This record gives sequence, structure tokens and C-alpha cells, in this order.
Amino acid sequence: MRNIDFDCKVVEMKNIIKKFGDFTANENINLTVHKGEIHALLGENGAGKSTLMNILYGLYQPTAGEIYINGEKVNITDPNVAIQKGIGMVHQHFMLVEPFTVTENIVLGMEPTGLAGKMDMKKAVQDVEEISKKYGLYVKPNEKIYDISVGMQQRVEILKALYRGAEILILDEPTAVLTPQEIKELITIMRNLTQEGKTVIIITHKLKEIKEAADYCTIIRRGKHIDTVEVKNTSEAELASKMVGREVSFKADKESKEKGEATLRIENLVVKDNRAVEAVRGLSLEIHAGEILGIAGVDGNGQTELIEALTGLRKIEAGNVIVNGKNVTNNTPKEIIENKIASIPEDRQKRGLVLDYTVAENMILENYAKEPFAKHGIMNSTAINKFAKELIEKFDVRPEDEKIKARSLSGGNQQKVIIAREVTNDPDILIAAQPTRGLDVGAIEFVHKSLIQQRDKNKAVLLVSLELDEIMNISDRIAVIYEGKIVDIVDAKDADENTLGLMMAGGGIQNEK
Amino acid sequence: MKSKAFFEKIATYITKWTFGFSIISIILGFIIGAATLALAGFNPIEAYGIMARGVLTRPSYVAWTIIGSTPIILTALSVAFAFKTGLFNIGAEGQFMIGAITAAMVGYFVELPAIIHIPLVLISAIVAAGLWGGIAGVLKAKFGVHEVISTIMLNWIALYLNNYIVLLEGLRRATSQRTHEIQRSASIVILEQWKRSPEGREWLRGHDFFGDALRTPLNWGFIIAIIFAVIVWYILNKTTLGYELKAVGYNRHAAEYGGINVSKSMFTSMVIAGGLAGAAGGLHVMGISKSIASLAAMEGYGFNGIAVALIGGNASIGIVFAGLLFSALQYGGSKIQPALGAPSEVINIMIGTIVFFIAMPKLIKYSLQNFKKKRGAKNVR
Repeated sequence: MRNIDFDCKVVEMKNIIKKFGDFTANENINLTVHKGEIHALLGENGAGKSTLMNILYGLYQPTAGEIYINGEKVNITDPNVAIQKGIGMVHQHFMLVEPFTVTENIVLGMEPTGLAGKMDMKKAVQDVEEISKKYGLYVKPNEKIYDISVGMQQRVEILKALYRGAEILILDEPTAVLTPQEIKELITIMRNLTQEGKTVIIITHKLKEIKEAADYCTIIRRGKHIDTVEVKNTSEAELASKMVGREVSFKADKESKEKGEATLRIENLVVKDNRAVEAVRGLSLEIHAGEILGIAGVDGNGQTELIEALTGLRKIEAGNVIVNGKNVTNNTPKEIIENKIASIPEDRQKRGLVLDYTVAENMILENYAKEPFAKHGIMNSTAINKFAKELIEKFDVRPEDEKIKARSLSGGNQQKVIIAREVTNDPDILIAAQPTRGLDVGAIEFVHKSLIQQRDKNKAVLLVSLELDEIMNISDRIAVIYEGKIVDIVDAKDADENTLGLMMAGGGIQNEK
Repeated sequence: MKSKAFFEKIATYITKWTFGFSIISIILGFIIGAATLALAGFNPIEAYGIMARGVLTRPSYVAWTIIGSTPIILTALSVAFAFKTGLFNIGAEGQFMIGAITAAMVGYFVELPAIIHIPLVLISAIVAAGLWGGIAGVLKAKFGVHEVISTIMLNWIALYLNNYIVLLEGLRRATSQRTHEIQRSASIVILEQWKRSPEGREWLRGHDFFGDALRTPLNWGFIIAIIFAVIVWYILNKTTLGYELKAVGYNRHAAEYGGINVSKSMFTSMVIAGGLAGAAGGLHVMGISKSIASLAAMEGYGFNGIAVALIGGNASIGIVFAGLLFSALQYGGSKIQPALGAPSEVINIMIGTIVFFIAMPKLIKYSLQNFKKKRGAKNVR
């Protein structure tokens, strides 16, 4: 079916060891990739898969080990060598010049030039159109980067690598930023590329996509090579347990529970977005004690603005927010925290953490001025560290060191720090915005358990997520948001994916009228 | 072999140490200064010898170095404090002038016993300059005006305000472009009255060390600057105020989310930074100049503070030493011109080089790594 050439080992990495100080990121890892295959590298955050690929691309030098490209031993000292050897890499965070056009970005550094060094734009556009057609990578050559979708930006990155003659493409977490539709397109593109004799290595922790797209999968756990498997002979559950090192439950366990009184009432809320356009348009919602209310919706339908308004970070134009019978409309973030609302913010690095503060300092972000952490404005580092140590142990944050900067934690552990802090505040209402974005299976499981625990403690939990699976899996009730309004609320028991999907696309509006 | 291992250890140590880059940059500054002198046809070793002797060999030389370091330590603390809280205070220059103007006026018009007058003058200078700095804070917090722009403009406003006030009737000294001297009760020069009295002179004549040191306007300013350095360190590292301000500096979005009032923090930070630069201006008037003059251009105390803050790694302790070094270079450098005929401007080249290298730590890091790698390769063979 696929044209994998098993005689041709395009990439062979042997006994790769990479140490950062005392920390071993890669411990004797072996990787063999054949021409024309899609090879997935699977592992949790911080397992060492990106490190391995950065070594292949010349961004890091291995402490020990050998690399062979097409059977020839190579010493990849920097990315230029890697590019010469036909290796291209698309990073998780795109490296594009935003005010430049698609074409300008693709040819950057290798511009076709005419007389006196004048750039030959016409030829550049032609070149781009040619390769874009060849591999089915649809782009608009003359659009500026900031005007095109994230999916197209990714295609530009892939074209950039192909334009430089890449035969081996490394894609680092390529689906993390894509919509389900765009993920399907990407898989088609990867298939096209392998049909043309290219080789694709994807770094990922999403099992579904590996199952769908990859031929082979190498699993790395804590820097060690666990196994390389043929994907069609394995299951998602098997991959997951190899990745995490234990059995993983995909379905969250949850007992049924009577919901209590309405703790949070939102009445006809109107909120504007950054461009001063109404993003939340008269939204009303009630969230009860002891329930998880999930808000399902396509990105950009007012979810971000709703959460920011509820947490005091954005001005409410009209309407009311009532917590335990008290009106907290347009209160400051501090007052809202004092009214027992806690939140897990959408962007953990932007809102949730001060990355240059230590874990301990982050643990007290909302309580730094309260006893025992401070008295008369003087901070008590002993009490702070003791508190942080307790939380680190209770929430299994790794590494177990309260004095390292939050920046050096993996995404999952950063999220644990935030959850530890928010839950320990003992809120009545917990707002969780995209709490599992970018996390691996093990960490997702942890986050879901924490949310359900809050619900079982009779707290009100508001979950906003773009992952419909997640919403359906742990919510008690599901509200669908579309263009800043709640279209419908259904019981999770009665919800099915198709109806919800239709409502998320605006199809339910007629019913409501 | 042993020496190689030793070299490697030192290289690792330097890259890890907070002030490592500063030390290397200072050494590089001296090397490039020497090269410049050599190019111009002067013997660098001789020139550096004159500088070293010109700073260290007599008590009065050391005293002058200490006196010169006082204002720049304080303006550097001002810049560093703002920097730690995410703001770039280019306005230390203007805040210094506001502090000096206030000190000159309160020092001249008010008559009080020294024990009250001195603190009053200093506090007035700090408050006035703090409010001056606060203007930039308000502009940033309320209207989003970048503090670099607003503080540069405030510097010019301060300069012309200075020139206006100096020439005001009642403050201006007759037939001069200066104000009247401040009252003696506002002076912080050590033993000022006594050392001019007959007994004082008699005693000092018999004691070489003190006699020489006290010929300079040696004053309490340096001690006060050290106290401020300690206070700054304490605020930033031990208080909830420091926690708030640094949180806003590192990540204002997270600080806002955590319930910290970001606008208020920016204002507070600029007020404190302004106050520190104001203290520099105040102490300068109280300890050295005793009056203020009409200025054709800015004096550079604030701008030098930026260089000192950088060299000192924006840390209190580093700033104290960097301020002393800066002052020693300026004072010692002024001596090579008469002795050798070598231009003292070479000092500016050295200081420029030091700041230049500090501004690119990556270069040093990279060279050290390469150095280590080469050593490593040789060892294998």
C-alpha cells in the first residue's frame, strides 16, 4: 500500500545520549527511519522526544552516539548542515516573519535574484506555486502571514523546508494548534509527501493521530527508548500504557450526584473583545454547586471574553454576574478571588504563571500578602517554601523542587502548579479554561480527576474547552456557545456528538428562536 | 593537564556566577583601553600605573573616588529598581535635577537645626523627584505612554525648569548663574565647621592621614547611598511590595490575574525609582555643590547610572562596587592627561567597551564554551 523502502534507512540514530548538566534527557536512544515512512515519536511532555529531534536537526550536540543519514555517518554541527543533508524541521511555534508574504517567507534566505541583486518576485511565486501543487499544500502566495489561518501558516513552514530541498521532514507537535478539519488535511499532506518519496517524522503525544497517520511509532519515556512498534498491529490503549508506563483510563470515573443551588448566575452578559466588537452578546447561564457545566463551542465564539469578564480581567458592558447571591459585576480580579472564584486560565504561561518566579513564589500568587506568607508587608520565605513543598508532594509536581523557576517545568507540571494553587484556595466556583491544552495523556487524566474532585466536594465547576470529547466526558450539563450566546443546554447523558456539533456550527439557532 | 582542568573550572565558574560577565567585560574594557592608548602612541602600562597611583596612593584620592561614586550609585539603584520591575528608567537624569533643585531651595529658605534640617532636605528631594518619576508612571499606567519616551521628555523639562528656577529673584546669587548656597545646617560634609576652625586646622596639620582625607568635601552621602542599596535589596527580595512589583515586571498578565493592581504597581515603581535618583541629586547639593547652577546641557549623573546599573548586574551589591569602579576610572583617568599628555577620553572608551560587552553576554558565553571545547578536544588526544 505505502511505498516504504525498507532497504533504505534514511535516518539511523544509534545510542544517542544527551545530558544537560546532571539531567539525562536522552539515554541510549536508537531510532531507525526508512525512506517513505511516516514515523511517530511518542512520549509525554519532557520525555526527551523534542531533544532527540533537535539533535537530528543540529540544534543540540549529542553527548554520545552516532547519526547516519542514508547510511553515511554524519556530524550535524548546526541546522545548516542538517539542511544540506536534506533534513527540514517545522517547529511547534512557527518561525515566520509576520508582515512578509507567504512567498517571501518561503524563499527567505534563498531568494531567486535577477540583475544587480534585485529579487525576482515573479519567479519566486512561480516556484512556490509549483511545489505547493506538487504536494497538495494549498497556500495563497501573496497573502501576508498575519492574514492567513494557523493551518496555512503550518503549510508555509512545510513548504519552506521543501523549498530548501528537504527529503526528511520533522514535524514537532504539528496538530497542537490545528482544528479537527485542519488535522485531517495535514494527514493527507503527509501521505502525499511520502508518496513522493519523502520521509516524515512527527513528534506527538496524541494517540488518535498516530493511529490514523503513522506507519511506525517509537515510544520514549523519561529519556529512554521503550519500544518501536508497527502502528497497525497495536492499539491506542497499548500505546498509551507504553508511553505513561501504566494503564491509562480514557473514560473519567464519575458518580452521579444531585446538583445544589445556583452558585454562579450570569445574566444577559455583554462583553467586547479587543477590537471593541461585542463578543459576548447577552449570555445567560446558571452553574450549580456540585456540577460540572461544560461550555462547548468552536474557538472564537466569545469563550475567552466570557472567562476574562468572569475573572475581572475584562470590562462587562452590560448584564450581571452574581456569586452566592452577591453581585460581583466589574469587580477587580482581587475582589473576585476573595468572592471564592478560582480559575485555571486559558494560557498558562501568559496568565497562570510568572515564569521567572520560582514554583514556591507562583504557589502564593494570589495569597502573597496574607498570613502566614507575609506579615506587615514582610514575606516569610520559610512559610512559603513549606507550603509549596506540601503542594508539590500532594499534587505530584516534578521535579520536586520548590526553588526552581516555573519556566523550567514541563507544560503538565506547570498546569499542576496552577491547579494546586487554585484548588487550595478552596473556591466555591472553579473556572477551567482549556485546562488540558497541550498536555499528555497522564496529565489530562490528572486534570480531569481534579475537576471531578471539586464537583464531588459540592463546588461549581465551569469547564470551557474546544475539545468536545473532553466536554462530553466529564461534564454533567453541556451548554453550547455560538456567537456569544448560549444556544442550548443539554444533559450530558442525553448529548450526542452530532447534535452538539451541529449546534456549535450555529445549526441550533432555529430551534431556539 | 592540571592547568587545563583549572582553566575549565574557572570558565564554568565565571559563566555561572552572577557577576562573572561583568568581571570579564571589565577586563576586556581595560585591554581595549590599553590597545587604544598604544595605538595613540602612549605606553598603556605607564598610563594605567598613573591612574592606579592617582586613585590609591593618597587618602584624599580615595576620598574623591568615594565622593564621585555617591550620586551614580544612587542613580544606578534608581535604574536597577525600575528595571527589576519591568520599566526602563531613562529619567534618572531629570529626577536627579528635581532632587537637586528641591534640596537647593529647602536648604536655602528653611532655617532649622541640622538634626532636623538635613533629613528634611533629603526627604523633600526624594519626595519631589519621586513625584516627578511618578508622572511617567501615571502616563504609562493610564495612557500607555512608553516610559522611555516620557522620561526622556521629562529630562528636558527638568533641565529647563532648573534653569528657570536658578535665575529666580531671591534664590539667585547676585552676578552669578548660581543659586545661593544652602544653609550650613543642611550640609552633610563631615566635620565641616570644625575642620575650618583654628583648633581643627591645628589638629589636622599634625595628622597626615586625616588631614589629607578631610581636605576633600568628604561627606555622609556614601553611607546614605549604601543604606539605600540595602533598602532596595530588602524591598525587592523580602517584602510583599517587592513581590508585587517584580511580578508585574516579569509578567503583568499573570500579576493582573493574581489580583495585583498593575497600574498602581507601575506608578509605585516609578515613584521609588524617581525618589532614589532624587536622593542622589539632594545629596550632591548637600555634600558637594551646595547650590545649583544654570545648565547648558545635562550633567550625565542619570545616564552614568544606567551604565553602572548594567555593570553591577542590576543588583545592589554589584552597583556599589560598579559605582566605585566607575568613579575611580573617571577620577584616575583625569590624571593621565597632565602627566602623559594622553587624552582622558580613553576612559570613555573603556567604560563604553565594558557596557558593550556586558550588553552581549552571549558572545562571552560562546567564546568560553568554544574555549572549553577546544581544551576538551586536546585532552582527548
